[in-house]
Amino acid sequence: MTDHPETASQTAGPYVHIGCTPNFAGIHGVYPEDLGARMITGDATGERITLIGQIFDGTGTPLRDAMIEAWQADANGLYAGQEGADPHFSGFGRCPCDAEDGSFRFETIKPGTVAWPSGGTQAPHVNLWIVARGINLGLHTRAYFADAPQNDSDPVLGRIEHSVRAKTLLAQAEGSGVYRFDIHLQGPDETIFFDV
Amino acid sequence: MTEIPKGGYAARLPQNHPVALYPPYRTSVKRSPQAAPLSFPTTISEETGPVFGHDLLGPKDADLLHNFGPQDQSAIGPRIVVHGRVQDQFGRPVVGALLEVWQANAGGRYRHKKEGYLAPLDPNFGGCGRVITGPDGSYEFRTVLPGPYPWPNGPNDWRPSHIHFSIFGAGFAQRLITQMYFEGDPLIWRCPIVGSIQDKAAVERLIAPLDMERTLPMDARAYRFDITLRGRRQTMFENRMEGL
Ligand SMILES: [Fe+2]
Repeated sequence: MTDHPETASQTAGPYVHIGCTPNFAGIHGVYPEDLGARMITGDATGERITLIGQIFDGTGTPLRDAMIEAWQADANGLYAGQEGADPHFSGFGRCPCDAEDGSFRFETIKPGTVAWPSGGTQAPHVNLWIVARGINLGLHTRAYFADAPQNDSDPVLGRIEHSVRAKTLLAQAEGSGVYRFDIHLQGPDETIFFDV
Repeated sequence: MTEIPKGGYAARLPQNHPVALYPPYRTSVKRSPQAAPLSFPTTISEETGPVFGHDLLGPKDADLLHNFGPQDQSAIGPRIVVHGRVQDQFGRPVVGALLEVWQANAGGRYRHKKEGYLAPLDPNFGGCGRVITGPDGSYEFRTVLPGPYPWPNGPNDWRPSHIHFSIFGAGFAQRLITQMYFEGDPLIWRCPIVGSIQDKAAVERLIAPLDMERTLPMDARAYRFDITLRGRRQTMFENRMEGL
Protein backbone atom coordinates (compact mmCIF):
# COMPACT_ATOMS: atom_id res chain seq x y z
CA MET A 1 0.00 0.00 0.00
CA THR A 2 1.21 3.47 -0.82
CA ASP A 3 1.93 5.82 2.05
CA HIS A 4 0.11 9.12 2.06
CA PRO A 5 1.58 11.91 4.18
CA GLU A 6 -0.50 12.94 7.17
CA THR A 7 -2.31 16.26 6.70
CA ALA A 8 -0.40 19.07 8.38
CA SER A 9 -1.67 20.49 11.64
CA GLN A 10 -2.42 24.19 11.99
CA THR A 11 -3.10 26.14 15.15
CA ALA A 12 -6.64 26.01 16.53
CA GLY A 13 -6.41 29.80 16.70
CA PRO A 14 -8.23 32.19 19.01
CA TYR A 15 -11.72 31.21 17.83
CA VAL A 16 -11.58 27.45 18.40
CA HIS A 17 -14.64 27.81 20.65
CA ILE A 18 -16.83 28.76 17.71
CA GLY A 19 -16.29 25.35 16.15
CA CYS A 20 -15.76 23.11 19.17
CA THR A 21 -17.86 24.63 21.95
CA PRO A 22 -20.25 27.04 20.21
CA ASN A 23 -22.65 27.27 23.15
CA PHE A 24 -19.74 28.36 25.37
CA ALA A 25 -18.90 30.93 22.67
CA GLY A 26 -22.43 32.32 22.84
CA ILE A 27 -23.56 30.73 19.57
CA HIS A 28 -26.82 29.11 20.58
CA GLY A 29 -29.36 27.13 18.62
CA VAL A 30 -26.93 25.31 16.33
CA TYR A 31 -26.09 22.33 18.58
CA PRO A 32 -28.21 21.43 21.63
CA GLU A 33 -25.11 20.86 23.78
CA ASP A 34 -21.35 21.31 23.40
CA LEU A 35 -19.51 18.08 22.62
CA GLY A 36 -17.78 16.51 25.62
CA ALA A 37 -19.65 18.67 28.14
CA ARG A 38 -20.45 15.60 30.28
CA MET A 39 -18.25 12.56 30.83
CA ILE A 40 -20.58 10.90 33.34
CA THR A 41 -23.79 10.22 31.46
CA GLY A 42 -25.64 8.09 33.99
CA ASP A 43 -25.05 5.96 37.06
CA ALA A 44 -21.36 5.38 36.36
CA THR A 45 -19.35 2.96 38.49
CA GLY A 46 -16.37 4.26 40.42
CA GLU A 47 -15.03 7.10 42.51
CA ARG A 48 -16.24 10.54 41.46
CA ILE A 49 -13.35 12.96 41.04
CA THR A 50 -12.81 16.46 39.70
CA LEU A 51 -9.72 17.15 37.61
CA ILE A 52 -8.82 20.83 37.55
CA GLY A 53 -5.87 22.89 36.38
CA GLN A 54 -4.52 25.77 34.37
CA ILE A 55 -2.23 25.92 31.36
CA PHE A 56 0.68 28.36 31.69
CA ASP A 57 2.81 29.90 28.94
CA GLY A 58 6.55 30.62 29.19
CA THR A 59 5.91 33.86 31.08
CA GLY A 60 3.81 32.08 33.73
CA THR A 61 0.58 33.56 32.41
CA PRO A 62 -2.41 31.21 32.21
CA LEU A 63 -3.84 30.65 28.73
CA ARG A 64 -7.38 31.95 28.61
CA ASP A 65 -8.11 30.86 25.06
CA ALA A 66 -7.01 27.21 25.14
CA MET A 67 -9.15 24.11 24.77
CA ILE A 68 -8.30 20.85 26.49
CA GLU A 69 -9.71 17.39 25.82
CA ALA A 70 -9.66 14.38 28.12
CA TRP A 71 -9.90 10.73 27.11
CA GLN A 72 -9.79 8.08 29.79
CA ALA A 73 -10.79 4.57 30.79
CA ASP A 74 -13.65 3.77 33.11
CA ALA A 75 -13.26 2.56 36.70
CA ASN A 76 -12.46 -0.94 35.44
CA GLY A 77 -9.80 0.26 33.02
CA LEU A 78 -11.92 -0.10 29.89
CA TYR A 79 -12.32 2.58 27.26
CA ALA A 80 -15.72 3.40 25.77
CA GLY A 81 -16.17 1.13 22.77
CA GLN A 82 -14.31 -1.78 24.40
CA GLU A 83 -16.40 -4.78 25.34
CA GLY A 84 -17.78 -4.46 28.87
CA ALA A 85 -17.06 -0.74 29.19
CA ASP A 86 -19.32 1.25 31.50
CA PRO A 87 -22.32 2.42 29.42
CA HIS A 88 -22.81 5.38 31.76
CA PHE A 89 -19.38 6.85 31.16
CA SER A 90 -18.31 8.43 27.85
CA GLY A 91 -14.62 8.70 28.70
CA PHE A 92 -14.42 11.88 26.63
CA GLY A 93 -14.44 15.41 27.98
CA ARG A 94 -13.77 18.72 26.33
CA CYS A 95 -13.26 21.94 28.25
CA PRO A 96 -12.71 25.48 27.03
CA CYS A 97 -10.44 27.19 29.53
CA ASP A 98 -12.07 29.93 31.57
CA ALA A 99 -11.95 33.32 29.85
CA GLU A 100 -10.91 35.04 33.10
CA ASP A 101 -8.46 32.77 34.95
CA GLY A 102 -7.80 30.07 32.33
CA SER A 103 -8.91 27.21 34.56
CA PHE A 104 -10.26 23.93 33.22
CA ARG A 105 -12.38 21.36 35.01
CA PHE A 106 -13.52 17.81 34.30
CA GLU A 107 -16.15 16.10 36.44
CA THR A 108 -15.21 12.48 35.97
CA ILE A 109 -14.42 9.20 37.69
CA LYS A 110 -11.08 7.76 38.74
CA PRO A 111 -9.91 5.51 35.89
CA GLY A 112 -8.71 1.96 36.51
CA THR A 113 -5.40 0.51 35.36
CA VAL A 114 -5.29 -0.23 31.65
CA ALA A 115 -3.43 -2.81 29.61
CA TRP A 116 0.09 -2.30 28.24
CA PRO A 117 0.55 -3.81 24.76
CA SER A 118 3.23 -6.36 25.66
CA GLY A 119 1.56 -7.45 28.91
CA GLY A 120 1.33 -5.80 32.31
CA THR A 121 -0.61 -2.64 33.03
CA GLN A 122 -0.40 1.11 32.98
CA ALA A 123 -1.17 3.12 36.10
CA PRO A 124 -4.49 5.02 36.12
CA HIS A 125 -4.25 8.09 33.91
CA VAL A 126 -6.25 10.61 31.94
CA ASN A 127 -5.02 11.30 28.42
CA LEU A 128 -5.05 15.00 27.63
CA TRP A 129 -4.81 16.95 24.39
CA ILE A 130 -4.22 20.70 24.36
CA VAL A 131 -4.79 23.17 21.55
CA ALA A 132 -4.69 26.98 21.46
CA ARG A 133 -3.59 30.00 19.53
CA GLY A 134 0.21 29.80 19.25
CA ILE A 135 0.26 25.99 19.55
CA ASN A 136 0.95 24.71 16.04
CA LEU A 137 0.45 21.00 16.75
CA GLY A 138 -1.91 19.76 19.48
CA LEU A 139 -0.03 18.59 22.59
CA HIS A 140 -0.57 15.12 24.05
CA THR A 141 0.16 14.45 27.69
CA ARG A 142 -1.26 12.40 30.59
CA ALA A 143 -2.39 13.18 34.10
CA TYR A 144 -1.45 10.38 36.50
CA PHE A 145 -2.54 10.46 40.14
CA ALA A 146 0.25 11.33 42.58
CA ASP A 147 -1.25 9.11 45.28
CA ALA A 148 -1.59 5.98 43.08
CA PRO A 149 0.69 3.09 44.13
CA GLN A 150 0.69 1.75 40.54
CA ASN A 151 2.81 4.71 39.34
CA ASP A 152 6.02 2.98 40.43
CA SER A 153 5.59 0.27 37.81
CA ASP A 154 4.07 2.35 35.02
CA PRO A 155 5.94 1.74 31.74
CA VAL A 156 5.49 5.31 30.46
CA LEU A 157 6.63 6.99 33.68
CA GLY A 158 9.51 4.51 33.70
CA ARG A 159 10.62 5.78 30.31
CA ILE A 160 11.25 9.36 31.42
CA GLU A 161 14.91 10.23 30.91
CA HIS A 162 15.09 13.04 33.47
CA SER A 163 13.25 11.60 36.45
CA VAL A 164 13.05 15.05 38.02
CA ARG A 165 10.47 15.88 35.34
CA ALA A 166 8.18 12.92 36.16
CA LYS A 167 6.29 15.03 38.67
CA THR A 168 4.96 17.17 35.81
CA LEU A 169 2.71 14.20 34.95
CA LEU A 170 1.28 13.83 38.46
CA ALA A 171 -2.05 15.34 39.43
CA GLN A 172 -1.97 16.32 43.12
CA ALA A 173 -4.83 15.51 45.47
CA GLU A 174 -6.43 18.60 47.00
CA GLY A 175 -9.02 16.72 49.08
CA SER A 176 -12.71 15.94 48.50
CA GLY A 177 -11.88 14.08 45.29
CA VAL A 178 -10.29 17.11 43.64
CA TYR A 179 -7.02 16.64 41.75
CA ARG A 180 -5.01 19.55 40.36
CA PHE A 181 -3.00 19.12 37.17
CA ASP A 182 -1.30 22.32 36.06
CA ILE A 183 0.34 22.32 32.66
CA HIS A 184 3.41 24.39 31.80
CA LEU A 185 4.19 24.89 28.13
CA GLN A 186 7.71 26.16 28.89
CA GLY A 187 10.06 26.95 31.76
CA PRO A 188 11.66 24.96 34.58
CA ASP A 189 8.42 23.08 35.24
CA GLU A 190 7.70 22.36 31.56
CA THR A 191 5.23 19.48 31.33
CA ILE A 192 6.33 16.34 29.54
CA PHE A 193 4.50 16.16 26.23
CA PHE A 194 4.28 13.00 24.17
CA ASP A 195 5.19 12.04 20.66
CA VAL A 196 2.89 9.05 20.57
CA MET B 1 -15.44 -1.68 4.44
CA THR B 2 -11.67 -2.04 4.58
CA GLU B 3 -10.40 -4.03 7.56
CA ILE B 4 -8.38 -1.83 9.93
CA PRO B 5 -5.35 -3.67 11.30
CA LYS B 6 -4.79 -3.99 15.04
CA GLY B 7 -1.14 -2.89 15.26
CA GLY B 8 0.03 0.39 16.76
CA TYR B 9 -0.26 3.72 15.00
CA ALA B 10 2.73 4.57 12.83
CA ALA B 11 4.83 7.31 14.39
CA ARG B 12 4.02 10.86 13.39
CA LEU B 13 6.57 12.36 10.96
CA PRO B 14 7.62 15.86 12.07
CA GLN B 15 8.27 17.04 8.51
CA ASN B 16 4.54 16.77 7.77
CA HIS B 17 3.77 19.33 10.48
CA PRO B 18 4.57 22.90 11.47
CA VAL B 19 7.44 23.55 13.85
CA ALA B 20 6.33 24.42 17.39
CA LEU B 21 8.52 27.52 17.66
CA TYR B 22 8.16 29.84 14.66
CA PRO B 23 9.03 33.41 15.73
CA PRO B 24 7.27 35.11 12.78
CA TYR B 25 4.09 33.69 14.40
CA ARG B 26 4.66 35.65 17.58
CA THR B 27 2.33 33.82 19.94
CA SER B 28 4.26 30.59 19.31
CA VAL B 29 7.33 32.03 21.04
CA LYS B 30 6.02 31.61 24.59
CA ARG B 31 3.63 28.75 23.89
CA SER B 32 6.00 26.23 22.29
CA PRO B 33 7.46 23.43 24.44
CA GLN B 34 11.27 23.44 24.47
CA ALA B 35 12.10 19.93 25.70
CA ALA B 36 12.12 16.87 23.47
CA PRO B 37 8.80 15.02 23.61
CA LEU B 38 8.58 11.57 25.20
CA SER B 39 8.15 8.83 22.61
CA PHE B 40 6.55 5.45 23.18
CA PRO B 41 4.54 3.03 21.05
CA THR B 42 0.81 3.67 21.04
CA THR B 43 -1.19 1.77 23.64
CA ILE B 44 -4.89 1.15 24.14
CA SER B 45 -5.05 4.73 25.51
CA GLU B 46 -4.11 6.21 22.13
CA GLU B 47 -5.60 3.49 19.89
CA THR B 48 -9.10 4.06 21.22
CA GLY B 49 -10.96 7.34 21.08
CA PRO B 50 -14.42 8.82 21.31
CA VAL B 51 -16.69 7.64 18.51
CA PHE B 52 -19.65 9.74 17.45
CA GLY B 53 -22.70 8.39 15.69
CA HIS B 54 -24.90 10.03 13.11
CA ASP B 55 -27.53 10.52 15.82
CA LEU B 56 -25.32 13.34 17.09
CA LEU B 57 -26.08 15.37 13.99
CA GLY B 58 -28.96 17.74 13.45
CA PRO B 59 -30.47 18.13 9.96
CA LYS B 60 -28.66 21.44 9.30
CA ASP B 61 -25.32 20.70 10.95
CA ALA B 62 -23.57 20.40 7.58
CA ASP B 63 -25.27 23.48 6.14
CA LEU B 64 -23.61 26.62 7.46
CA LEU B 65 -25.66 28.63 4.98
CA HIS B 66 -28.79 27.90 6.99
CA ASN B 67 -27.93 26.48 10.44
CA PHE B 68 -27.95 29.80 12.33
CA GLY B 69 -30.27 32.39 10.79
CA PRO B 70 -34.04 32.51 10.83
CA GLN B 71 -35.94 29.93 8.81
CA ASP B 72 -35.03 30.02 5.10
CA GLN B 73 -32.61 32.95 5.44
CA SER B 74 -29.28 32.19 3.76
CA ALA B 75 -25.92 33.50 4.94
CA ILE B 76 -24.52 36.38 2.89
CA GLY B 77 -21.62 35.74 0.51
CA PRO B 78 -20.33 33.42 -2.20
CA ARG B 79 -21.97 30.03 -1.74
CA ILE B 80 -19.66 27.01 -1.77
CA VAL B 81 -19.67 23.26 -1.24
CA VAL B 82 -16.64 21.80 0.53
CA HIS B 83 -16.18 18.08 0.11
CA GLY B 84 -13.50 15.44 0.21
CA ARG B 85 -12.41 12.14 1.65
CA VAL B 86 -10.76 11.29 4.95
CA GLN B 87 -8.27 8.45 4.64
CA ASP B 88 -5.43 7.11 6.76
CA GLN B 89 -1.80 7.21 5.70
CA PHE B 90 -2.14 3.77 4.11
CA GLY B 91 -5.05 4.91 1.96
CA ARG B 92 -7.86 3.25 3.91
CA PRO B 93 -11.01 5.35 4.26
CA VAL B 94 -11.65 6.65 7.78
CA VAL B 95 -15.30 5.79 8.28
CA GLY B 96 -17.35 7.65 10.87
CA ALA B 97 -14.83 10.45 11.41
CA LEU B 98 -16.35 13.55 13.00
CA LEU B 99 -15.32 16.80 11.33
CA GLU B 100 -16.11 20.05 13.10
CA VAL B 101 -15.56 23.21 11.07
CA TRP B 102 -15.53 26.91 11.91
CA GLN B 103 -14.80 30.02 9.95
CA ALA B 104 -15.22 33.77 9.52
CA ASN B 105 -18.14 35.09 7.50
CA ALA B 106 -17.79 36.36 3.93
CA GLY B 107 -16.49 39.69 5.23
CA GLY B 108 -13.78 38.07 7.34
CA ARG B 109 -15.56 38.53 10.68
CA TYR B 110 -15.92 35.85 13.36
CA ARG B 111 -18.90 35.67 15.67
CA HIS B 112 -16.77 35.90 18.83
CA LYS B 113 -16.65 38.38 21.68
CA LYS B 114 -12.86 38.73 21.44
CA GLU B 115 -13.02 39.59 17.74
CA GLY B 116 -12.52 43.29 16.99
CA TYR B 117 -12.40 43.47 13.19
CA LEU B 118 -14.63 46.26 11.89
CA ALA B 119 -16.23 44.10 9.19
CA PRO B 120 -19.87 43.46 10.17
CA LEU B 121 -21.46 40.31 11.51
CA ASP B 122 -23.89 38.52 9.25
CA PRO B 123 -27.16 37.93 11.16
CA ASN B 124 -27.63 34.71 9.18
CA PHE B 125 -24.20 33.21 9.81
CA GLY B 126 -23.01 31.50 13.00
CA GLY B 127 -19.79 30.08 11.58
CA CYS B 128 -19.78 26.47 12.81
CA GLY B 129 -20.85 23.14 11.38
CA ARG B 130 -20.09 19.44 11.57
CA VAL B 131 -20.33 16.29 9.50
CA ILE B 132 -19.47 12.58 9.87
CA THR B 133 -17.74 10.67 7.08
CA GLY B 134 -19.63 7.96 5.23
CA PRO B 135 -18.63 4.35 4.44
CA ASP B 136 -16.10 5.55 1.83
CA GLY B 137 -14.62 8.23 4.10
CA SER B 138 -16.30 11.03 2.17
CA TYR B 139 -17.87 14.16 3.62
CA GLU B 140 -19.55 17.31 2.33
CA PHE B 141 -20.86 20.56 3.76
CA ARG B 142 -22.18 23.87 2.45
CA THR B 143 -21.08 27.30 3.54
CA VAL B 144 -19.97 30.71 2.32
CA LEU B 145 -16.46 31.51 1.13
CA PRO B 146 -14.83 33.06 4.23
CA GLY B 147 -13.19 36.43 3.80
CA PRO B 148 -9.54 37.18 4.64
CA TYR B 149 -9.02 39.18 7.83
CA PRO B 150 -6.30 41.24 9.50
CA TRP B 151 -4.85 39.99 12.78
CA PRO B 152 -2.53 41.37 15.43
CA ASN B 153 0.87 39.78 14.80
CA GLY B 154 3.21 41.80 12.58
CA PRO B 155 2.27 45.36 11.67
CA ASN B 156 0.11 44.30 8.71
CA ASP B 157 -0.68 40.58 8.69
CA TRP B 158 -3.74 39.17 6.93
CA ARG B 159 -4.98 35.63 7.19
CA PRO B 160 -5.77 34.02 3.84
CA SER B 161 -9.35 32.79 3.47
CA HIS B 162 -9.54 29.57 5.47
CA ILE B 163 -11.81 27.09 7.19
CA HIS B 164 -10.71 25.48 10.48
CA PHE B 165 -11.20 21.70 10.77
CA SER B 166 -11.17 19.56 13.92
CA ILE B 167 -11.02 15.85 13.11
CA PHE B 168 -11.71 12.78 15.25
CA GLY B 169 -10.65 9.50 13.66
CA ALA B 170 -10.99 6.14 15.39
CA GLY B 171 -8.11 6.66 17.83
CA PHE B 172 -7.05 9.55 20.05
CA ALA B 173 -3.63 9.28 18.34
CA GLN B 174 -5.30 10.54 15.14
CA ARG B 175 -6.66 13.70 16.72
CA LEU B 176 -5.96 16.67 14.46
CA ILE B 177 -6.85 20.32 14.05
CA THR B 178 -5.93 22.03 10.80
CA GLN B 179 -6.98 24.75 8.36
CA MET B 180 -8.05 24.50 4.75
CA TYR B 181 -7.04 27.23 2.29
CA PHE B 182 -8.41 28.12 -1.15
CA GLU B 183 -6.64 27.69 -4.47
CA GLY B 184 -5.23 30.90 -5.90
CA ASP B 185 -5.25 33.00 -2.71
CA PRO B 186 -2.13 35.26 -2.79
CA LEU B 187 -2.21 35.62 1.01
CA ILE B 188 -1.40 31.94 1.63
CA TRP B 189 2.34 32.28 1.02
CA ARG B 190 2.57 35.48 3.08
CA CYS B 191 0.94 34.02 6.19
CA PRO B 192 3.18 33.29 9.22
CA ILE B 193 0.79 30.60 10.45
CA VAL B 194 1.07 28.80 7.11
CA GLY B 195 4.83 29.51 7.19
CA SER B 196 5.21 27.49 10.39
CA ILE B 197 4.98 24.48 8.05
CA GLN B 198 8.44 24.26 6.50
CA ASP B 199 7.64 21.73 3.77
CA LYS B 200 6.05 23.36 0.71
CA ALA B 201 4.31 20.14 -0.33
CA ALA B 202 2.70 19.87 3.11
CA VAL B 203 1.31 23.40 2.67
CA GLU B 204 0.06 22.59 -0.81
CA ARG B 205 -1.94 19.68 0.60
CA LEU B 206 -3.88 22.21 2.71
CA ILE B 207 -4.93 24.18 -0.38
CA ALA B 208 -8.28 23.04 -1.75
CA PRO B 209 -8.64 23.27 -5.52
CA LEU B 210 -11.78 24.48 -7.21
CA ASP B 211 -13.77 21.42 -8.27
CA MET B 212 -15.99 22.34 -11.21
CA GLU B 213 -17.33 18.77 -11.42
CA ARG B 214 -19.06 19.13 -8.07
CA THR B 215 -20.26 22.68 -8.64
CA LEU B 216 -24.02 23.10 -8.25
CA PRO B 217 -25.02 25.05 -11.37
CA MET B 218 -26.72 28.38 -10.58
CA ASP B 219 -26.12 27.73 -6.86
CA ALA B 220 -22.64 27.09 -5.46
CA ARG B 221 -19.05 26.48 -6.49
CA ALA B 222 -17.23 23.47 -5.01
CA TYR B 223 -13.82 22.98 -3.41
CA ARG B 224 -12.21 19.64 -2.67
CA PHE B 225 -10.21 19.03 0.51
CA ASP B 226 -8.89 15.52 1.18
CA ILE B 227 -7.56 14.75 4.64
CA THR B 228 -5.05 12.10 5.68
CA LEU B 229 -4.83 10.87 9.27
CA ARG B 230 -2.29 8.55 10.87
CA GLY B 231 -2.83 4.84 10.30
CA ARG B 232 -2.35 1.58 12.17
CA ARG B 233 0.26 -0.94 11.17
CA GLN B 234 -0.31 -4.65 10.76
CA THR B 235 0.57 -6.46 13.98
CA MET B 236 2.64 -8.86 11.86
CA PHE B 237 4.74 -6.02 10.54
CA GLU B 238 5.38 -4.67 14.03
CA ASN B 239 6.43 -8.06 15.32
CA ARG B 240 8.83 -8.41 12.45
CA MET B 241 10.29 -5.00 13.18
CA GLU B 242 10.80 -5.93 16.82
CA GLY B 243 12.48 -9.17 15.80
CA LEU B 244 15.05 -7.45 13.57
FE1 LIG C 1 -9.30 31.66 11.54
